[in-house]
Amino acid sequence: MTDVDEVIARAYREEWAQVVATLARRFRDLDIAEEMAAEAFATAVERWPVDGVPPSPGAWLTTTAHRKAIDRVRREARREEKYKEALMLSDTPEPLGAIDDDRLRLVFTCCHPALAMEVRVALTLRMVGGLTVPEIARAFLVQETAMGRRITRAKAKIKAAKIPYCVPSREDLPARVTGVLAVLYLIFNEGYLASDPEKEAVRSDLTAEAIRLTRLVRDLMPADGEVAGLLALMLLTEARRAARVSASGELVALDEQDRAAWDRELIAEGHALVRARLASGQAPGRYQILAAINAVHTDARDVRDTDWSQVIALYDQLVRLDPSPIVRLNRAIAVAELDGPQVALAEVDGLPLEGYHAFHATHADLLRRLGRSEESRAAYDRAIRLAGNTAETAYLIRRRDQLTGP
Amino acid sequence: MAQYLISVLDDTSDSATAEEMAAIDVFNEQLEAEGRWVFAGGLASPSTATVVDGRDAEAVFTDGPYLESKEYVAGFWIIEAPHLDVALRLAALGSKHCNRRVELRPFLGA
Repeated sequence: MTDVDEVIARAYREEWAQVVATLARRFRDLDIAEEMAAEAFATAVERWPVDGVPPSPGAWLTTTAHRKAIDRVRREARREEKYKEALMLSDTPEPLGAIDDDRLRLVFTCCHPALAMEVRVALTLRMVGGLTVPEIARAFLVQETAMGRRITRAKAKIKAAKIPYCVPSREDLPARVTGVLAVLYLIFNEGYLASDPEKEAVRSDLTAEAIRLTRLVRDLMPADGEVAGLLALMLLTEARRAARVSASGELVALDEQDRAAWDRELIAEGHALVRARLASGQAPGRYQILAAINAVHTDARDVRDTDWSQVIALYDQLVRLDPSPIVRLNRAIAVAELDGPQVALAEVDGLPLEGYHAFHATHADLLRRLGRSEESRAAYDRAIRLAGNTAETAYLIRRRDQLTGP
Repeated sequence: MAQYLISVLDDTSDSATAEEMAAIDVFNEQLEAEGRWVFAGGLASPSTATVVDGRDAEAVFTDGPYLESKEYVAGFWIIEAPHLDVALRLAALGSKHCNRRVELRPFLGA
């Protein structure tokens, strides 16, 4: 890669969202914003190696994209009115919300609750993340044409239903931020534990993209505790990535991981975020609690040093916010370490999670530790049938086949 | 300003209770006070509908609704709002006041 190629690649990563966002505000049209941003980058690829890199690549790209957009609306007579509207709008000062940034408007628009979750994910990756349609289609194992249609339909709905291009009003803001974080966490989780047996076990491209987008949202909303919490949670999870899948492609459980392979830098950054949230004295939301739980885990140099009572106390806090069966299942896993598998089994039994592979995997593990091999084997079988991730399936099969006795 | 249709979805042909009617009136007044009200109305039960096809020389009338479905539109509001966020908030209020689910749909090109 030449220097110019590198500059262009970096500009793409760093400036794409800003270029799309600025155009979207000026022209009130995501289609124009997306296409003209792509054209501006294509022009950069042609011109920068010849003319040299402009002193301010971001400004050059925005100006180029803006000029192309104006050319296009001029060419298309049917867009005459939109063109005038766009020129007027660009000079109209707008009331500033709590936070004001074109990229943040773009994030909120892409994650609007009137759009289906899968649509929000695709739009966010395209418009904010700058991933191409084929890249997004590959990431979610969807046909390229189907993914293209999904994004086109979303843009059409945004236009027809007038989904606003703005930061939500104060009364809507907390719920809308939660919605944005759900999209980012879903992208991260799809990377961290790909749900499809035909995909790689861990997709570092998606986890990295989710972290990058969350960093961006955190820059835009530095005071929001849950944004910081989600970033910390992602960093502390990502830090264990290298230790999480063995050379033979098998999932390695937390207690068996080589902790020397954990990324110390990411852990330090995650811990600092968690400490800052604790120091704020504000009541934590679910992402902050999950981050704190992961901070306890990553704090222990050896699994035997894990402060399980602290983990359980944090889960108790989480259960009060979200008494869902999945949270109670995860709490029971910690209970098994502190009070033994018998106590944990009583808490797991009867949770309405028959269709969830992790429920059966936990059940199987507790039964194994209690020496109830036959029941354990049956539970592993159920978990294996339901698990989608290749590394996880391999791990469950090994555990099942290691069972001895009835 | 854009216009939106808020359709009230129902699965029984019982009309609204007196309490619900009173709540709907309150909501209508709020819409008018805020300059959002365009039109609203309740509809008689689907069994009173007639499907009319006037595309050929002689119009054909068919007794009953064009679609047999478990749920149908029992009434509607047409509102004016600057964008979807405002319309969604009003639709949520409307749903609460009439005690039924609603569907929000924008008018074309409005």
